Order: sequence, then structure tokens, then C-alpha cells
Amino acid sequence: MSTADYRQIFLDGIWHQNTGLVVLLGLCPLLAVTSTVVNGLGLGLATILTLVFSNLAVSLARPVIRPEIRIPAYVLIIACVVTVIQLLMQAWLHDLYRVLGIFIPLIVTNCAIIGRAETFASRNAPLPSIVDGLATGLGFCLALISLGALRELLGHGTLFSQASLMFGELGSSLQLNLTDDHGGFILALLPPGAFFGLGLLIAGKNWLDARHSRRNERQNISAQVPG
Amino acid sequence: MKPGHLEILKSAAALALVAIVGTSLLTGVNKLTEARIAEQEKRVILDQLGQIVSPDLYNNELQLDQITFQDDLYFPRGQQVVAYRARMNEQAVAVILKLAAVNGYNGNINLLVGINENGSLCGVRVTSHKETPGLGDAIEIEKSDWALAFNGMSLGHPLADTWAVRRDGGSFDQFTGATITPRAVVNAVGLSLEFFAKRKSFLFDTPVELISGKNQ
Repeated sequence: MSTADYRQIFLDGIWHQNTGLVVLLGLCPLLAVTSTVVNGLGLGLATILTLVFSNLAVSLARPVIRPEIRIPAYVLIIACVVTVIQLLMQAWLHDLYRVLGIFIPLIVTNCAIIGRAETFASRNAPLPSIVDGLATGLGFCLALISLGALRELLGHGTLFSQASLMFGELGSSLQLNLTDDHGGFILALLPPGAFFGLGLLIAGKNWLDARHSRRNERQNISAQVPG
Repeated sequence: MKPGHLEILKSAAALALVAIVGTSLLTGVNKLTEARIAEQEKRVILDQLGQIVSPDLYNNELQLDQITFQDDLYFPRGQQVVAYRARMNEQAVAVILKLAAVNGYNGNINLLVGINENGSLCGVRVTSHKETPGLGDAIEIEKSDWALAFNGMSLGHPLADTWAVRRDGGSFDQFTGATITPRAVVNAVGLSLEFFAKRKSFLFDTPVELISGKNQ
């Protein structure tokens, strides 16, 4: 694989084929945990780890796995990876685990992960598979963080509140209070707010893409006009 | 053996191999993390209990000195109430009840209610709930001081018939926009105090081994 290929994998995972905003897989955790940035970041990191290791394991297991047993084998592999991550979090990031606890097992059901196993890792060598897992996970993590930031900002008027759950003492200084007396826009924190927020993010991404392609077109046209 | 059967066997063996590798990995990680997870869980319980009864006031293993019981009259919907007993040199100091207020706005409100040996409250904390963010969540100590109003209260102070939120003619504040949530908490705390008054010796003297399923 050339550098250009890796570049393409990264661009696809983070932007063009973003799991949360384009492919719309894994909406259950995306909508459920994103009431704050820290929650989103926590689940995002857990998803990145899962994707990297499940892609690696699926890619390594290619010689053993035959087409007719691939789905149960992938489910087994992903479930193992998620359980290992859950146990490690429970042991070393216990406070964050108490916030995200019920959503960690849900990563197993995140179709994005079995999707990457099926469409990428099962057909590629370990290294590109790891890169693909990292890129897809980063894309999902960015979607989680953006939605978390949007909702926390509107709902609480803060950013990075409860960061101490993740970064310990250091984290409590991270919190940004943007307004002193924020009444709170509760809708943003309630489940419907998650849907509105996701809709806004998708619209925003499409708008950026459309603007970008219009610009390219214009450049192409002006390049074609002679003189 | 027919050739088709061999293929099936090969598939089965491959799947079994994946399962064996996965299971051994999980067993290993479980062994590795087991002790630390138990330690973390103990720390969480002690942190929560420590907010209610200061660790200076007792010298027993608070998180182990517990009994579990049911009482539908005081703790509705068949919930399992856990009582942690704090003792100083075998002398009863306080009991912390882990229970749920069942008539909140959205699902159970899980509470820790600490009651001193003399029947006054040493503290009330909400451990988890699904009340409306921004309205009902002022019951959390992280969000407001509301829960501190219980400190030092008892069945006679305020009097039993004003043991309710203001809206119901009682003496506890509700907060703007949310009456149901504080009402549920106030009522559950009141019922705990009544239970304590009636069954104090049961709470303190039931030995740990005798984990009573249903009493009465």
C-alpha cells in the first residue's frame, strides 16, 4: 500500500465515509451518550480501541476464517475485544466507566465495527486494517465530540464539564464556563435534542461539501476558458 | 466420509479455534483485572458512604457490615433495601439505607439515607436517577445544596405531619419547575425514618450472615 492509499483511508474514515455523519451507523451510542463532550470523548476512545483491535484480529484471522463462518467469528472477536476494553476501563478508569458503563457493551452492536471487519479487515493485511480502524474510529469519535460539544454548550453553557472523570485532578481545570448564569436549554440535553443536533451536524457537513465542490467546479471552468 | 462433511468439520474447527483463543484471552484479562475492579468498587461505595457518615466516626468495615431486606409497606415495589451499619468499637453509630424513591418523574431515584443512632438524619444523597436534566437534577449534591437541608432533621423535627414539600403543606423546599422529584425524595426519606423508629433493633442487631429475604 502506498502513502496515497493510507491518505485515502484516513480521508474516507474521518470525512467522506464518516460513520456517524455519512454512513449513519452506530446511532444508538451516538445519540445516547452525547450529552457532554467528556461522555462523547470517552465512548469515542473506547470505539477507536475496539475498531483498531477488532480490525487487527479479523485481519490476522483471515487464513482461518472461511466465508461460511465469518459472521459468527467476527461477532465472537468483536465481543471479546469489547469485553477486554470494558474490564480494563472498569479497573483503571472506574469513574468514567460508571458514566458510560451501560454503553460499552453496546459497542458490540455498533454495526460500524462489524461493517469495517466485513468490508475492509477481511480483505486487507494487518497494517492497513489497523489504519482503517483508527481512521473510522477517529471519524466516529469526532462526530461524538462535535455532537457532545453542541449539546453541552446549548444545554449547560459549559464545555468539558466533569473532565475529571477522565483525566483526574488535571481535568477539573479544563472546564470552560462560557456564560456565568446560563438558564439551560434543556431540550438540547433531552433525547430529541440529540436528533436535532445530529441533523444540524449532517446539514453542516453537507453544506461544507457542497461549497467545496462548487469552488472546484468554478476553478475547473475558469481553467478551461482560454485567455 | 463425504467430502462435504470434511468441509463442515473444517469450518467448525476454525470457529472453535476462534472461540478458544477468545475465551483464553478473556480469562487472562479477567484474572488480571479482578482484584483491581473489586478494589475500585469498594472505593466507590466507601466514597459515597463517607459523604454521609464521616470515616472518623466508625471503625468497622462499613461496606461489609450490611444486611439486605424487603418491606413493602415502607419500601414499595418489592425493592431490596441494603442497610450498612457504622459502629465504633461495636457500638452502633449510624445506619445507611440504600433504597429507591419509586414515584419520581421518570423511574427510580436511588438514594442513600443515613440515620444516626438517635434517629436524626446524618445525610441524604442521590446516587443515580433519570429525572429531567436542568429541572429535577437539583436533588444531586453536585448541582445544588438542596439535599443538605435534610441534615439533622428527624421525625419530630419537622413534625411528622409537615414532613413533605411546601406544595403539600410541608416544610421542605421544592424547586422551580419540579415538584414531583423533590416530593418523591422527601417522602422516601420520611418513610425511612418511620421504619427506623419502628425497627431500629432489627436494623442494627441483625447479624450479617442472616441476610433476611422477606421479613414480617
